[in-house]
Amino acid sequence: MKYAWIIGLVLFFSCKDATEKEQVAEVKQILETEISLEVYDFDGLQKFLSTTDDKTYVVNFWATWCAPCIKELPYFEKLNKNYSEDVEVILVSLDFPSKYETKLKPYIINKNLKSKVVALNDVDSNTWIPKVDESWTGAIPATIIYNKNKRQFYEKSFNYDELETEVKQFLK
Amino acid sequence: MKNTLKTFFAVLTIVALSSFANLGGGHGYHIGDVATDFELENIDGKTVSLSDFKSAKGFIVVFTCNTCPYAVAYEDRVEALNKKYANLGYPVVAIMPNNTEVKPGDSMEAMKARAKAKGFTFPYLMDEGQKIYPKYGATKTPHIYILQKTKKGNVVKYMGAIDDNYLDANAVNKKYVEDAVDALLSGKEIEEKQTRAIGCSIKV
Repeated sequence: MKYAWIIGLVLFFSCKDATEKEQVAEVKQILETEISLEVYDFDGLQKFLSTTDDKTYVVNFWATWCAPCIKELPYFEKLNKNYSEDVEVILVSLDFPSKYETKLKPYIINKNLKSKVVALNDVDSNTWIPKVDESWTGAIPATIIYNKNKRQFYEKSFNYDELETEVKQFLK
Repeated sequence: MKNTLKTFFAVLTIVALSSFANLGGGHGYHIGDVATDFELENIDGKTVSLSDFKSAKGFIVVFTCNTCPYAVAYEDRVEALNKKYANLGYPVVAIMPNNTEVKPGDSMEAMKARAKAKGFTFPYLMDEGQKIYPKYGATKTPHIYILQKTKKGNVVKYMGAIDDNYLDANAVNKKYVEDAVDALLSGKEIEEKQTRAIGCSIKV
């Protein structure tokens, strides 16, 4: 537990260093690698919150400017990799539309994110926040874990151990 | 005697239970609760309390910061709220709730610089020791509480968002805070007492 934290921190800081060093290379990389980004309003997003197949879905609301979100993102990536058969991670970005090209897409490319990333662009948050979960006050990061039998909402940050423990509850 | 004892223990149990409920709640205020006053340092070095505002009818308390894009998107609108409502008896009081060691961009120096650059006319207070925001139950920036001054204290009348469009002030359909203060000023019932918006979690 303790060590996982330290490893997490080391990873976090080493990643940070790496991006800083790669600043020069970054521009070229964006030109070479075009990615498409799926952008949804809340109605469009709902399908990702209500799939009823045999998988367990982990839907994380985040943004590139949200420091605690960026900190926990590697844990969601790790989960997606380690449980690829049973679990699907979906990263729902709340970055502002004006930042899709300048921040979000470069982040997805540079971090080589393997989980599915979609963007939610729906300003009427008072309407859709309670539809995600009645208890959500609107702070991010926030995460839903669900499958066809069970659903749980978390308005909090995770470390890997916590995340794995929660997901295992769904895989029983 | 037996009955008196019974009553005594019943009362004791109720008192104990309700005090536990208050302690353990931790979810902050509900509509109708009396909000705590505070004594927090302002960007001019002086301390500010709600009780300083002798002629106020109430307050627009805004938990906000420098570093959250949502808070930044609302800066001008918060300033506009103060310009419009301070003279009508509902001044804006802004409180910065983040841990400045986690978010150095929200330090007192940074708050001063931001307030100066934006020309804030409202107090911008540091929640030193992060003691006030948990009492209110604020979870994010920006997070708004409208209080009405009454004989029993400053009563929470509205909690939530400023309006329904963080991206574009010109495309707003519902001005939640303005509607709520207007209702209070005209003695009407507030239609939407609680709203929700995305914001940055308060950094602890």
